[in-house]
Amino acid sequence: MPAQVITLTSGKGGVGKTTAVANLAVALASSGSKVVCIDGDIGLRNLDVILGLENRIVYDIVDVIEGRCRLKQAMIRDKKLTDLYLIPAAQTRDKNAVSSSDMIRLVKDLRNECEYVLIDSPAGIERGFKNAIAGADRVIVVTNPEVSAVRDADRVIGILEAEGKGPASLILNRLNPTLVRNKDMLSPDDVLDLLAIDLIGIVPEDENVIVGSNRGAPVALDQKSRAGQAFRNIARRLKGETVPFIDWESQGGFWERLQRLTGRK
Amino acid sequence: MTETNSLIQIKGLRDGLLVTLDDAPWEEQRKAFLAQVDTQSAFFKGARLALDVASQVLNVHELAELRDQLSERGIFLWAVLSESPTTENTAQLLGLATRISKPRPEESRQFTVEDLGEETALFLNRTLRSGTRIEFGGHIVVLGDVNPGAEIIAEGNVIIWGRLRGMVHAGSKGNKAAVICALDLSPTQLRIADETSAALKPQQNPKPEIARINKNGKLQSEFWSLG
Repeated sequence: MPAQVITLTSGKGGVGKTTAVANLAVALASSGSKVVCIDGDIGLRNLDVILGLENRIVYDIVDVIEGRCRLKQAMIRDKKLTDLYLIPAAQTRDKNAVSSSDMIRLVKDLRNECEYVLIDSPAGIERGFKNAIAGADRVIVVTNPEVSAVRDADRVIGILEAEGKGPASLILNRLNPTLVRNKDMLSPDDVLDLLAIDLIGIVPEDENVIVGSNRGAPVALDQKSRAGQAFRNIARRLKGETVPFIDWESQGGFWERLQRLTGRK
Repeated sequence: MTETNSLIQIKGLRDGLLVTLDDAPWEEQRKAFLAQVDTQSAFFKGARLALDVASQVLNVHELAELRDQLSERGIFLWAVLSESPTTENTAQLLGLATRISKPRPEESRQFTVEDLGEETALFLNRTLRSGTRIEFGGHIVVLGDVNPGAEIIAEGNVIIWGRLRGMVHAGSKGNKAAVICALDLSPTQLRIADETSAALKPQQNPKPEIARINKNGKLQSEFWSLG
């Protein structure tokens, strides 16, 4: 079966696109699917660091496109997960080194190599973003429960609809249940109300994510992490399984739950 | 083909090139234009290009195709000028500018306040997301929401059958009798003619509202009732 090509994008930077790509890739690969992720952020590559593959890079995506190596030579295999591959971005070039048709060709060659191609889009709505969505079968928009991030996500969804790439689905990343309960953060309902697209997952705020990214070991491998669980659930939903959403409202600590039970909050 | 070629005018602007096409069939013009680009590729490479498509009605697919073809040739299409509101909307959806610093000649405007009859309304059957800007020389009716970051500028009235959370300017050419109606009126900003109101607070239980300029010349909104 030819691969499904999924691009993660957001408009705003820093909402967790790259982290989400790394975690979904790890979750999909550890459940037995062959996954290739592509870092679409030419000139500002990150995905290799988060996956812990930085020191293995020999060839990158621009080398493939400009014919300096074969596709398979640029596919770096993960240290532990044998079904996970990364095609890194070039760090010394810029976005003009790649065109939309280059991406479409690259993705076409990858379709017979694996089950999932995950593309990490750069922030913004310029050329790099257009390249990242060019070959996608499906687009996932990542956002945070913050007004500015949601505004940018809305813009991106509008562009995706205009380009015929819709309907996009949504990952709501870094939700803090305590802040939402105190009405200091947008709730999932507020966000969905505005964006009006399908939700594929809510990832709670979890400091293990940062630790995992810094160590090159995505949190989806950590069975105890709540964010890791959320990413594993999203991966299962991508595979077509129906997985109930974790009730984010019940994710507070023990003390908070006790306080709510006794009516003090 | 040579005949079509002569219909394409290329002018240098302060910050790029302006290519003017005419009303000949789109496919023909597109091919002729790309052929011309290919013969003078050194001249065009790296150019910032604005495209004037006269009154061509273009859909998203056609415009996106041309943009991608130009991008492959190292040309950056940043603006599309058109006399057709449909094409302007298309360009705006693709994130292209529809105005360049030089204003379009007055005579090419399609509507003026005088010919603003009851018939001239633009009907939009979708939600307008952030970054969308709709300008129209008549009334605008939206069946859907207007999200924060979207802008609607109409010379006539604006009716939103949905939630209004973006910016709306009705009576943009100074018509003080223009009104703005919405099922949920929680805009970032409202303007009627020269009057501006600050953001209205979102309501817990929204009711349909109508905003207009009152007798004292102030912009005011009130709940709409059947009474």
